[in-house]
Amino acid sequence: MSHAEDSIIVCRCEDVTLGEIRKAIREGAVTLDEVKRITRAGMGPCQGRTCRLLVAGEIARFCGKHVSGILQSKYRPPVKPVKMGDLAALELTPLSEPGHGQQSGASPECTCGKAVNGR
Amino acid sequence: MIRTELAIVGAGPAGVCAALEAASYGVKVTLLDREQWIGGQLVKQTHKFFGWYEKSAGTRGVVIAKDLAVKVKANPDIRFMGSTEVLGYYQADGVLLLETPQGIQTLKPERLLVATGASEKMILFPGNDLPGVYGAGAVQTLMNVHGVRPGKSVLMIGSGNIGLIVSYQMAQAGVKVAAVVEALPHIGGYAVHASKIRRLGIPIYTRHTIKEAYGTDCVEGAVIWQLDDDWQGIPGTEKQLDVDVICLATGLTPLCEFLWQAGAEMTDIPELGGFVPLYDEHMETTAKGIYVAGDAAGIEEASTAMAEGRLAGLAIAYSLGKVPDHEFSRKRQDCLKELAELRAGPTSQAILKGLAAMREQMGKQARAQTRKKVRS
Repeated sequence: MSHAEDSIIVCRCEDVTLGEIRKAIREGAVTLDEVKRITRAGMGPCQGRTCRLLVAGEIARFCGKHVSGILQSKYRPPVKPVKMGDLAALELTPLSEPGHGQQSGASPECTCGKAVNGR
Repeated sequence: MIRTELAIVGAGPAGVCAALEAASYGVKVTLLDREQWIGGQLVKQTHKFFGWYEKSAGTRGVVIAKDLAVKVKANPDIRFMGSTEVLGYYQADGVLLLETPQGIQTLKPERLLVATGASEKMILFPGNDLPGVYGAGAVQTLMNVHGVRPGKSVLMIGSGNIGLIVSYQMAQAGVKVAAVVEALPHIGGYAVHASKIRRLGIPIYTRHTIKEAYGTDCVEGAVIWQLDDDWQGIPGTEKQLDVDVICLATGLTPLCEFLWQAGAEMTDIPELGGFVPLYDEHMETTAKGIYVAGDAAGIEEASTAMAEGRLAGLAIAYSLGKVPDHEFSRKRQDCLKELAELRAGPTSQAILKGLAAMREQMGKQARAQTRKKVRS
């Protein structure tokens, strides 16, 4: 592996290089989650949209497997960074009370809580 | 919390056609998009389409987008929420979390259609983080939406339809296209697009890829080389190109985050671009009430995305009890026939193979479900 190859950026959000990814894999990280936790690849603003496939490809090559055989990491919400204050401002409405807390912006004819054909 | 009968994530060709079809049966639709405009990628597609748009080929994508936007805005049953990003789908409650210009909101739909399209694939080469390395989508946005040229001279990586069309559009905009390189032994896109490039004197190098990009603060040049049968570069075949832009059109992969979050069964099908959901002939995934259409269901074209969107919109209206049986089966057949015709060409063989593989797994899944029910 050449030095030039080692310094290729794989995760642009977190500035993780191919050398760092390959080192983590050689040291035993063989799932996307393991590589992510050790290197932070996939933990930035794009949440792995760019590097996920590249990291999976590196693991697959190292393990001699097909990419589909590499354990995927979960796509937990939120899928992009959100301000804590914005989330905190959200008043959660219990779902057991259909219609309660409905916002004025919602369609006035929405069929919440009614039978499928009952509009 | 907002409630709606049908939430559609993505106002591209698939999502909009689904919205119009469902709303034509009185379904109350909430159509979501992170952009403020309707049409998704169509708004930057200044080239003419081959597929049919209401039986008329030769329409430009940007014209189709305008037409669809007018129809959506005129429809009282569709509420378009632009500049709104979906942050997640919470399976236990069936709720979408939205980031709107007015703040964070929650949306609970009776049915959900995921029409989120695709994301671009990146490739690894030294210098791939230099300013001047663009995805083909970004170049199209810069030129065709904002009227800005990305640079003076470009190397295009990838000869699929996107690579060929964007190369041609850059040439039209006065950008010198130094070369198009393609790792495969053959050109990926339609011959008609490739011929337009070749007539301009632009070389297309098959079995070639980029070795490296170089430059101090931005791209100042690129080196390409030939690949052997094991996809390794052959020393001695390097060519140096003076370019300030490197454009990547190295493929798309379905964007299915919300389907993963919904617990839909997913499968990796290379012909469809990567992980895709299993779905039935109504475009419904294995997560009940959650549908998929367009590139999120497998990378194809806007014409098939529109037909899939119509099929999904029809099936959703039917599932809500708003379409009579006979009308549903007739219109469903029309949609399936249109899809079959759009996929009849020789370039669609791989897509058909991928779809057959997906359906086989869907069939296995359904049989396993039936056995479980019989036993219990």
